[in-house]
Amino acid sequence: MSRWQAKQEEAPQAPALTIDALGKKCPIPIIWLAEQINQVPMNSVVSVLADDPAAFTDIPAWCRLKSHKHVATFELPEGGWAIHVRRNY
Amino acid sequence: MVYFDAASTEPLRPQAREALLEALDAGWADPARLYGSARRARLSLEQARAEVAEELGARPDEISFTTSGTQAVHLGVLGTLHGRRRTGRHLVVGAVEHSSVLHAAGLHERAGGSVETVGVSRTGAVLAEVFAAAVAAPGTALACLQTANHEVGTLQPITEVAAACREAGVPLLVDAAQTAGRLPVPGGWSVLAASAHKWGGPAGVGVLAVRKGTRFRSPLPEDEREGRRVPGFENVPAIVAAAAALRASAAERDEQARLSKLVERIRDTVARTIPDVEVIGDPAARAPHIVTFSCLYVEGEALLGELDKAGFSVSSGSSCTASTLRPSHVLEAMGVLTHGNVRVSLPRGTSVTDVDRFLAVLPDIVRRIRLEAGVSS
Repeated sequence: MSRWQAKQEEAPQAPALTIDALGKKCPIPIIWLAEQINQVPMNSVVSVLADDPAAFTDIPAWCRLKSHKHVATFELPEGGWAIHVRRNY
Repeated sequence: MVYFDAASTEPLRPQAREALLEALDAGWADPARLYGSARRARLSLEQARAEVAEELGARPDEISFTTSGTQAVHLGVLGTLHGRRRTGRHLVVGAVEHSSVLHAAGLHERAGGSVETVGVSRTGAVLAEVFAAAVAAPGTALACLQTANHEVGTLQPITEVAAACREAGVPLLVDAAQTAGRLPVPGGWSVLAASAHKWGGPAGVGVLAVRKGTRFRSPLPEDEREGRRVPGFENVPAIVAAAAALRASAAERDEQARLSKLVERIRDTVARTIPDVEVIGDPAARAPHIVTFSCLYVEGEALLGELDKAGFSVSSGSSCTASTLRPSHVLEAMGVLTHGNVRVSLPRGTSVTDVDRFLAVLPDIVRRIRLEAGVSS
């Protein structure tokens, strides 16, 4: 099973904010995302950089629970992912 | 200490303990020999085999005892693949099977075989149609599906999948470890695996059942024991105790209905009293004793530690609480929260009082851990 997944349902949108959570274990990347998502304007994208494998599953799950939008997940060349989330409210 | 980890192991039943002590004295001899004490051991072993066969819906000569549920799965998977190697080398498994199935599949793949992993829905069940389409692939030698998931309790559509396997002429290995002794074993299996300590028997006894007519050849060096399917001297006393425990569990199926109501109580209360919680798995089509939930922003290890201090033994699929760095493959495949995860699984005799005390302390523990992590509600 490939762990690679990218949903590209709309034109790529440059992130308004990047949260560097590389080297941090879950739930820290998600706590930071929850804290900071309200700092970007409505409908903008936050990119979370994370390399804890739990973040790969948990950030999209957080979006589902919190009614934000998981836009896409991009693999980083140095390992880990940039997980893009759009603020919905 | 309140024990809520029955999915890992059910405490030994008193009937099993009694049978074990008796059989240690009476059933120690080699059941393969012909003198008096050996014949008595053989008699006890065959009596246990007949009882286990009856409870699991098999014929006695289809049952072999292994040293664990894991060994039953390993031998069941590899032995059936070996027996059918001329038919094909393709294996189909569910994505949330026990690691024993997935590791056996990994070995098969490294040996040149192919494996298809069938994904699951958000509740953790495979879709019967998707699984059926996968087993219809040419060269499929075996399919594996569990009765219920060991981490989230969701039941798998065994009956539908078994019908599809029959139609495709593919044997189905059913891993019944989480439900044997709790729920009737669904029919339609060609190979069945179970584990005695999960139904209140002693550790060190697994069951491998191979239906008459299913091609099977042990992947291990030849050995005469257990119908040539499992090598080594049988642990007759433990097997006798395992059969006694299975009889005892079958005699109190009402207890499972009672536990299922307690699980429902936990599912409802947790969802109501804890903010930002995801109660996981199918709310209705599930094993009677298992409930799993994940708390947002909570580290699983901290949660288990606090629950331990409060007097509750529970388990978790979060990566930081396991020996691996990866979160549970089950939660990952379901696409649900993997951090802050708690699995509560109720042993027989769990009291309402203990469940209510757990439900009373949990919200405050979660709130405190969030507060310490700097999460504002």
